[in-house]
Amino acid sequence: MSAPYVPVLFMLALGFGFAALSVFTSLVVGPKRYNRAKLEAYECGIQPTPQAAGGGRVPIKYYLTAMLFIVFDIESVFLYPFAVAFNKLGLFALVEMVLFILTVFVAYAYVWRRGGLDWD
Amino acid sequence: MTLSSAAYGLLGALPATDNPSADFSDTPWWVALIKALVIFVYLLISTLLVIWFERRIIGRMQQRPGPNRNGPFGLLQTLADGAKLMLKEDITPAKADKIIYLLAPLIAGTMAFVSFAIIPFGGEVWMFGHRTPLQLTDVPVAVLLVLAVASVGVYGIILAGWSSGSTYPLLGGLRSTAQVISYEIAMGLSLVAIFLFSGSMSTSQIVAAQSSLWYILPAFFSFAVYVITMVGETNRLPFDLAEGEGELTGGFHTEYSSMRFAMFFLGEYINMFTVAALATTMFLGGWQAPPFIAAINNGMFNHGWWGILWFTIKMWIFIFGFVWLRGSLPRTRYDQFMRFGWKFLIPITLAWVVAVAFIRGAQLGFLGEGTVTVGPLGFNTSTLVIVAVVAVIALAVAWVWDGRREARLAAEQVSPPEEIDPFAGGHPVPPLPGQRLREPSVALTAGGSSGESVVSGGTVTAVKEEDHG
Repeated sequence: MSAPYVPVLFMLALGFGFAALSVFTSLVVGPKRYNRAKLEAYECGIQPTPQAAGGGRVPIKYYLTAMLFIVFDIESVFLYPFAVAFNKLGLFALVEMVLFILTVFVAYAYVWRRGGLDWD
Repeated sequence: MTLSSAAYGLLGALPATDNPSADFSDTPWWVALIKALVIFVYLLISTLLVIWFERRIIGRMQQRPGPNRNGPFGLLQTLADGAKLMLKEDITPAKADKIIYLLAPLIAGTMAFVSFAIIPFGGEVWMFGHRTPLQLTDVPVAVLLVLAVASVGVYGIILAGWSSGSTYPLLGGLRSTAQVISYEIAMGLSLVAIFLFSGSMSTSQIVAAQSSLWYILPAFFSFAVYVITMVGETNRLPFDLAEGEGELTGGFHTEYSSMRFAMFFLGEYINMFTVAALATTMFLGGWQAPPFIAAINNGMFNHGWWGILWFTIKMWIFIFGFVWLRGSLPRTRYDQFMRFGWKFLIPITLAWVVAVAFIRGAQLGFLGEGTVTVGPLGFNTSTLVIVAVVAVIALAVAWVWDGRREARLAAEQVSPPEEIDPFAGGHPVPPLPGQRLREPSVALTAGGSSGESVVSGGTVTAVKEEDHG
């Protein structure tokens, strides 16, 4: 195989085909009995609220987590090529990487200090 | 592999980083398609088995037989469950966003299969007249592909939670997403040590690099972090906060039914296999036979089709670990879980990456070439110095940490009062060990219907009708 990503697409197609086929089959085979109460939101039997909590919007706390995730995920993505090419880059890479990790660590300490990592 | 070569690998230089990667030059597309089909079936059968396995083991741990009616030993239980789910009504709530509500389980179910494309199951074999490795494909960024696919799989969870238009799924989906992405950072960082040792992100090269020493030994700390994060990544007990039944009923899949519901569980179980397979590949030498078996008859068990056996055994050891955890541990609290991830795992894994970079740099001779000879083995001087420095720093940090923890515990330790008034808070409270009960000074009036004040133990407590609910 000259194109190494094509088999990944085979796998993707097989997985999607299976998932779509099973969902479609259950739509065809399964019963359909209309009942208004059945289509309401499930809230353990009490009268359902008209909307999801907070109007169905995402609490602001999660945006902070998402942004922090991006910062540190990018950091680890930068660490990967460094790690793979480590034996070719030599002492330079080691010093550079320690400096990089220290820089991100300053941001990390700041976020910690400001309470960005607290979950209440 | 002998003990001295293990010591050599730990402190000396691990073998050269130019390991051969799997050779796909003699693999036509139709053989790749057949391999994809076989992996697909392997995963489906594994899923059918693991649900039965989990329920049987949990059953044994709780002193009950577990499912034993459908088929021999209840082996067909999962198949029966699947058929029953298939015949159930597929409900779409009135408030749901119809398209995304349909799309979310498809994403979760589809993405679970993809990661296995790059997992090596064994060495090279003859298949239909072609010499091909027992691996669907290998790319230079194979491990990155697994992490990327796992991230796309998270969309299934958050979209399911959001599109249901209901409170419990929304909260469960958000919690689950925040949990998975938080633990993905520590997981990604723990793998950096492996890349430092192997000099590659291709899974076949990583397996080849472990032919003399499995990375579980030199990267033991990465292994510990990976095992913790893989439980958090797959939403399994004790980290299954996304579906904490006591608080969120079912989490993101509360509103789902029938096959769409089943897709989430298919995804969850295959994800368990994915993280276990990755752990096997990264830390336990992949498909290679355990050292003592590999030594038999000039490595006859370490070639070709045998790889599938060793790989499956190693993977199922992790699966048993998952089940064992579920059978033993209660669910953690969400804020404790997030604190552990962000404030402990991430900084300590970063420190470990720096330490491994220094150790590896010393092994490769970046920090000087002097050697010390101990018996038959020659060690790099800078390696010994770096290892000693890392060990001293780790010990010092652990010592300070322990001291602070003890001081905090001592500050929290307030001995409970000798005597307790069981009705002081308005409702009866049992005494702690070693406490005496104080008799209520005024007897409670039986059958008091309207709100009234009861004097007990010197405190005035208002007993309201609503409290008895």
